Amino acid sequence: MQTTWAYISNYFVYSAMSVFTISFIAHAFETAFAVRAPESADKTEGNLLTKTLDYKRTERAARIATAMMILAFFLLLAGVVARGISAKHVPWGNMYEFSITGALAFTGAYLVALRKYDLRWLGLFISISVLLTLGTAITLLYRNSAPLVPALKSTWLVIHVVSAIISGGVFLLANVVAGAYLYLERVESRGERPAWLKRVPSLEVLDQLSYRLVAFVFPLWTFAVIAGAIWAESAWGRYWGWDPKETWAFITWVAYAAYLHARVTVGWRGRRAAWLCIFAGSTFLFNYVYVNVWGTGKHTYSGL
Amino acid sequence: MTNQVEIPELGFTGLLRFAWRQLTSMRTALILLMLMGVAAIPGSLIPQRMTNPMAVRDFFTNNPALSIWYDRLSLFDVYGSPWFSAIYILLFISLIGCVLPRSVEHYKAMLAPPPVTPKNLNRLSFHQEISASTASLESAAIWFKQKRFRVRVEGDSISAEKGYLRETGNLLFHLSLILILIGVSFGSLFGMRGDAIVNVGERFINVPTTYDTLSFGKLINANSLPPFTVKVDRFVALYDPKTNAPKDYTAWVTVTDSGKTSKKILKVNEPLTFGNTRVYLQANGYSPVVTVRDSEKKIVFQGPVPFLPQDGNLRSIGAIKVPDAKPSVGFVASFVPTNARTTSQGAISIFPELLDPKLLFSIWEGDLGLDSGVPQSVYKIDTSKLKQIGLGSVKPGETFNYRGGSITLETAIPWINLQVVDDPGKRYALIGGIVAVLGLLSSLYGRRRRIWIRTTNSGVEVAALAKNSAPGLEAEVNDFVKHIKGEK
Repeated sequence: MQTTWAYISNYFVYSAMSVFTISFIAHAFETAFAVRAPESADKTEGNLLTKTLDYKRTERAARIATAMMILAFFLLLAGVVARGISAKHVPWGNMYEFSITGALAFTGAYLVALRKYDLRWLGLFISISVLLTLGTAITLLYRNSAPLVPALKSTWLVIHVVSAIISGGVFLLANVVAGAYLYLERVESRGERPAWLKRVPSLEVLDQLSYRLVAFVFPLWTFAVIAGAIWAESAWGRYWGWDPKETWAFITWVAYAAYLHARVTVGWRGRRAAWLCIFAGSTFLFNYVYVNVWGTGKHTYSGL
Repeated sequence: MTNQVEIPELGFTGLLRFAWRQLTSMRTALILLMLMGVAAIPGSLIPQRMTNPMAVRDFFTNNPALSIWYDRLSLFDVYGSPWFSAIYILLFISLIGCVLPRSVEHYKAMLAPPPVTPKNLNRLSFHQEISASTASLESAAIWFKQKRFRVRVEGDSISAEKGYLRETGNLLFHLSLILILIGVSFGSLFGMRGDAIVNVGERFINVPTTYDTLSFGKLINANSLPPFTVKVDRFVALYDPKTNAPKDYTAWVTVTDSGKTSKKILKVNEPLTFGNTRVYLQANGYSPVVTVRDSEKKIVFQGPVPFLPQDGNLRSIGAIKVPDAKPSVGFVASFVPTNARTTSQGAISIFPELLDPKLLFSIWEGDLGLDSGVPQSVYKIDTSKLKQIGLGSVKPGETFNYRGGSITLETAIPWINLQVVDDPGKRYALIGGIVAVLGLLSSLYGRRRRIWIRTTNSGVEVAALAKNSAPGLEAEVNDFVKHIKGEK
């Protein structure tokens, strides 16, 4: 029974990957074919006409891309749930399980943000990074479904890990937006944006968006760290012990705190703020990859 | 000498005031905050005495020259080092210097009415003039009251402000960080922490001599341990047969506390609580129960000897010291709960449960050094002054004879490590943590904004201002205008 559910979970994850691929292709198609070359009659030497964008032509591709992303989200959700059923616990016992749940949170963060902001230009990037994450997870990180080790048997597993994963998903989304800001700033400093980048919002909007995402999720990250401390108190006999994972969670917290202060109090905007945002997000990624795979300490649940 | 510049004398108090201003400036605070993040990094990359003393010892053996320098720079004890302490103490002084004056200011602002309506409302955002005859200050006042704005009414105008919770939350958040720091220091000054290995069937009595390691905070004396005892009746460890990973640890214990005896269950996430003191199930292993006889078959040692686990399958190492034998003998031993042999590693364990236990040892004769007064590990024997007289292995019930005596493995029983912790500061840290999250929520999601209305010759004019570009102010102003026009 246990193995059956693990197989079902794998099928769902594989299906989600293929649907993410369709979404990726549709996003790529949209980005490429919305560009309209100038009329041939105007193609005279010295008359540098810029290409224009026409989204009417690719409206269908765009709809397919987003619809596929939503479908893939639900397939992945089913995969994560089935994994949980097979293991008889919440599916956060090793790094494979963290990764598929993290990919789910990242997609979820994008889809939720998409309802409020016009973020479809990010879809190409989102679908490829989720594909890469799932690919890595299933080839390198895959472990058979197994019971939880005693230290993980706690209600706090759900509370602490859910808040950490959601925070991580939104932090990474903010990083992507800040990265887009830096890239576009370079492009714009050389002249006008090429046609395929025209739909990406203005620098100002990107700057604001990455700040909003961080400001929105920073309290949740603070809560995740505190929930972790409360759990550590009952599992390990101390609420804070400078375990490598704790140390890096603290560094991430400090880095985002510095980012928020730099923006709100000192008035940092633009490039400097974007770099600080990316630095803070990198400490989160470093914590996830380095401490799980090579690190020592009490948080070594990767199963690798 | 005409262009000599007169530098005003700062004086000592002036210098102090200058230093204080610098320290409490936002810029300094931000630098200190970043510095604290950077300073925390080495502690996660270099082994720390506090969390992993064994790794520090290995580091010293592998890099002797580097270790001396690391040690001088407190890199094996980053979070207690003078430079790390300096950073966070400066940061917190800076924080206090910034937050306390702001709290006073904010408190005054909360008591005072909103500022006077500016003269030129048309310079402010969302300015509009409404000529509707129904529009009046009275209906505006009703709307402000419904929406819980603070108001200042002045003849021809109303100045209204809302969203003080933003600053309140902001200040509460920063004050709660100070509370967390107080909790942490209180715990380290007045707390205690100790470990004791207890064999199943034995009783732990909470007095300093029963501990294997014990440390007290700087400001607490060692006689303040609460009197309780914990007898370990039974311990069961379950392992997953596929992955060998532990599934569950449960200890059944009999607890005596202030004269009352009760049966309790101790698990990894479910510590025992005695007032402020908590007892945790932290580790477990095996104690081989051995009998050592001398050449005349007289028992010179009998009992369980705790061994230290070395891997997930509980291959354990330990030392059996028999000072009463003539001459005294010691066994440098390893114990495997489920025995298997590989050509490369020798005896290994392939499962953590006692499926096929075996004790393997080398026998050493001579002065064990137990009377020398130098403290030594109970798990190791210094063999430098001893002579090896044999090599052997036994399974339960078997006896191995050597020159001068014999050793019998009776059985093997589990031991558990009880960690006893008293942290009187943790409740303050917890309160601080909860307030920090609530403060953050109201400071990051709160919006402080002002709306003004003034009667003009032709009707009224309205304007608004948001302190931190609050989204949704336009909608709020439109709602307000609709109300005073009587459309709603």
